[in-house]
Amino acid sequence: MIDYSSPDFASQLFDTLLKGTLETLWMTGVATLFTILIGLPLGIVLVGTEKGRFLSTPFGSATAGVIINRVLGFLVNLGRSVPFIVLMIALIPLTRLVLGSFIGTGPAILPLTIIAIPFFARVVEIAVKEVDSGLLEASDSLGATRWQLVRRVILPETGPAIVLGIATTITSVINFSAMVGVVGGGGLGNVALTYGFQRYSWVHIVAVVIVLFVIVLIVQGVCNALARSLDHANRAGHAADVIGAGT
Amino acid sequence: MITIEHVSRAFGGTVALGDVSLEIGRGQIFGVVGQSGAGKSTLLRTVNALERPDSGRVVVDGVQISHLRGQELRAARHGIGMVFQHFNLIGNRTVAQNVEFALEAVGHTRRDRAADAREMLDLVGLAARADAYPAQLSGGQRQRVGIARALASRPSVLLSDEATSALDPDTTRQILALLRRLSGELGLTIMLITHEMAVVKQICDAAALLEHGKVVEQGALTELIRTPGSRLAQDLFPLGDVPDIPGSAIIDLTFAGEEAQRPTITLLARTLNIDVSILGATIESIAGAQAGRTRLALPADPEVLTRAKAFFAEHDVAVEVVKAA
Repeated sequence: MIDYSSPDFASQLFDTLLKGTLETLWMTGVATLFTILIGLPLGIVLVGTEKGRFLSTPFGSATAGVIINRVLGFLVNLGRSVPFIVLMIALIPLTRLVLGSFIGTGPAILPLTIIAIPFFARVVEIAVKEVDSGLLEASDSLGATRWQLVRRVILPETGPAIVLGIATTITSVINFSAMVGVVGGGGLGNVALTYGFQRYSWVHIVAVVIVLFVIVLIVQGVCNALARSLDHANRAGHAADVIGAGT
Repeated sequence: MITIEHVSRAFGGTVALGDVSLEIGRGQIFGVVGQSGAGKSTLLRTVNALERPDSGRVVVDGVQISHLRGQELRAARHGIGMVFQHFNLIGNRTVAQNVEFALEAVGHTRRDRAADAREMLDLVGLAARADAYPAQLSGGQRQRVGIARALASRPSVLLSDEATSALDPDTTRQILALLRRLSGELGLTIMLITHEMAVVKQICDAAALLEHGKVVEQGALTELIRTPGSRLAQDLFPLGDVPDIPGSAIIDLTFAGEEAQRPTITLLARTLNIDVSILGATIESIAGAQAGRTRLALPADPEVLTRAKAFFAEHDVAVEVVKAA
């Protein structure tokens, strides 16, 4: 049992929460970074290699496009269908191979990244499918390369949607990170598990919930603002300019 | 400049183009008209190989573009600009960035791009809006950006896909005037598709009528309007339904060039000593020259009709008898 009346209680609670929060932010941050680095190109390639789309004939071969699309689609569906707790345990051998250990906060990043990539790739996929086909046609008519198309048309056009998708992805990763206590990972989930569940401290539970809530609020707020600043196509504020613009 | 030879294209079982051949000369402004679904859009897209013909070939400036791929195709496309009905501008990039994208595609360095984009925007009268986003512009301004982007790589050919169909009549006239001016200044060959005869009337030198994927008529406008029975000419100068006037023959005349300014009809009445009534007339400026059509009622006498025809042949006016008696 925790002694709430202990003079050290408040400072101990603070230290515990701070350590848990930093671990959660570290795991989430690194996992999200790798998720974006891998999931963004993955999502673009997933859409692009669909029949008749902008990457449907990589290396000049339609067969290559079909194969890439099928393989990636299969992996993404597989990743999406495995429950995180199962994935985490199944990945222990791989984690040990890659990182030398499977216990602790650092090694927990690998399963977090692997669960988040397919999720984020689907978010990117939906955003890329929304890009007006007229823009792709215009890009082709200008004789642009595939890379120029992605860099100068697809990324700017999908930017706002992808940033909002990143907010959702971070929230999911934070969610999943609460479970990594199972493989010895730390974080706020572990605080709730060891103090709240095993030692019956409701104060710790409430404190963890509040901290997580605040983190999610901040992430969502920052991403919303960033998405707005990237979106120049649908801003209501532009209407006033149009009226005064003439021809 | 653009040669389309026996091009056919089908989508599933539907024939979009059936053995289409067209020749567009250097510096010409060529209009392709037809109903929606006639295959205009598909035909236009074969010229920059956004659409591949099932058979036949397309040659632009000596290069057989219909069979190019990869880097060669991209290089050929740098010589062919295209503007679109819905502008197809990148909404999250500024006007200048939209134009710079075209220059990047050509391989210009970052430094050159900014200056060249500025120059293009100057050319279309939009330099002041370089840092605006497309959503902040009116339709006419957006199309000017589209034109600046299409011409940034200094192409010799411009393809226009219903470029004015989303614009109001005033803006349409301004955009067409801009295209006309640029075609002169830059020596552009323009192929445009439209369903509006007013567009053809305002800027085209030549036109083709496309119906169910086939070219029904084609030629220089000044020739077409002199061709009896020409559907394009009738669409360009509608005179309405033929009225039924007992005891009269009805003929349609087409004047082009200098003939439009001569008092030919009063001369006819005096020479043949007959009464002539004018049932309808329209005069337009076409391909930079005056042209017009007039519908006359003459006495229903075969001899009068024969002499009238001979008279007009002598004066170089095209005659079409729409009702003999």
